[in-house]
Amino acid sequence: MRALLLPALALMPLLAKAPAPPRLLSQTGLYAAPGVVAARNLAYAPQYPLWTDGAAKARWIHLPAAIDGRDEAGWVFPVGTKAWKEFAFGGRKVETRLLWKTGPRTWVFASYAWNEAQTDAGLVPEGGRPDAAEVAPGLRHAIPSRMDCRDCHGQERVEVLGFTALQLSPDRDPNALHGEPLRPGLITLDDLVARRLLRGARPDLLTRPPRLEGDPATRTALGYLQANCATCHRADRPIPGLGLDLRPTHVFRTALVPGSFPVPGQPDSRILSPGHPERSALLHRLASRNPVAQMPPLGTVRVDQAAVDHLRRWIADLPVAPSH
Amino acid sequence: MTLNRFLPLAVLGLLFGAGPAQAAAPAQPKLIQRGAYLVSIAGCHDCHTPLKMGPKGPEPDLTRLLSGHPDSLKMPPAPKLPEGPWGWAGSLTMTAFTGPWGVSYSANLTPDKETGLGSWTEAQFLRMVRTRRHLGQGRPILPPMPIQNLQLVSEPDLRAIFAYLQSIPAVHNRVPAPVEPAATPIPMH
Repeated sequence: MRALLLPALALMPLLAKAPAPPRLLSQTGLYAAPGVVAARNLAYAPQYPLWTDGAAKARWIHLPAAIDGRDEAGWVFPVGTKAWKEFAFGGRKVETRLLWKTGPRTWVFASYAWNEAQTDAGLVPEGGRPDAAEVAPGLRHAIPSRMDCRDCHGQERVEVLGFTALQLSPDRDPNALHGEPLRPGLITLDDLVARRLLRGARPDLLTRPPRLEGDPATRTALGYLQANCATCHRADRPIPGLGLDLRPTHVFRTALVPGSFPVPGQPDSRILSPGHPERSALLHRLASRNPVAQMPPLGTVRVDQAAVDHLRRWIADLPVAPSH
Repeated sequence: MTLNRFLPLAVLGLLFGAGPAQAAAPAQPKLIQRGAYLVSIAGCHDCHTPLKMGPKGPEPDLTRLLSGHPDSLKMPPAPKLPEGPWGWAGSLTMTAFTGPWGVSYSANLTPDKETGLGSWTEAQFLRMVRTRRHLGQGRPILPPMPIQNLQLVSEPDLRAIFAYLQSIPAVHNRVPAPVEPAATPIPMH
């Protein structure tokens, strides 16, 4: 009996249920004192940010040990990692999201809604909060459900989407849409290596940091698609029946084929139609906030006009047969 | 039984498949049978199996069982409806619909890998129901699909429905994507 019990008990940590998230943001370890972020939490800003209706964002991560960086496209975070992302509209903090790795394969997702006095934020129910703040006249920001969180961050293999080798590359795209310039205190790949918080990365990571290929307009376009579209549209997390991969090295292979994505009034539409932005379903969907067509389908109620303008110009200038 | 004594037994139960959930799970043929029953009484065929004209009037086209709107039936632009109280219209096949939400087509539920549910996992099917989103992560599921009813179905029954849908003949039928409505919404009242 004991021989059977011991292996069974050894498996218990894997079977253990993830802990519940704390009730208040102030209990999650983000702050050392009210309004003062603890020094152990590192601030960062991805070079290609996700569009969230113009929200001002701040991000921090706590790494209790080094990231396993052997797979540059799929860093493995140490157990105990916590990442926070704060969203503010009109100068007021609205929500802070927490990703907390509690076991080798378990992550806790939580969202906290800030109180009126802006002194702390309370845990939002699992279903989210549809009416959290006004982002424009008549348009309300919704705090996503935990299921929505997993739609983008992953079901089994969870990713901290803004904290990747490309997003933290010191070789930043100066034209990235809504990109923040690096300022003192924001960590990059160099800092991670210097602090011994990244192990197993390729030896030339710092001398040849990740950089999207192409002319400036292409880099900016592909970076935007990476951050805003490719978290779902990627071949390694296939969406049934949809062979679309919008990661930078796959866009031209998968988006040029004719697809079943109509653009109203354009019978010869494709997902991406070089030279023809008006026939490109990708642009049509990015520019739409009709629920049938809008992309991304979550997390935004306002069109990112700067992105629409840039992608329209980029698609119009794309050679009809791209050499990629 | 104290907690200390119960926990190791519970773990062993999970390891050796003696847990209550597994003991209660019907075998595959029974599961499929249950799924067929549920699909039948829930009215899935009403929209997902196209109607054809028979000698006694419209009847389900069983050669296209649960395969959704036939891709061979190209619908013309949706009719412009008067300003209420008529609010929506449907095709004679009962597979294409137009209303304030735009134009929607019933999906191919057969296990065809390219055009149906053949490449779906059970988890993706469950996520589609829970999220009410196309493919579990896209646009909302559109009317007239009563997804709110499906959300009330228990998880074992949803698994049975999925098992049945995976067991029926695959029909290669690429259903058109929905069409968004015109910019001016149709008044509801």
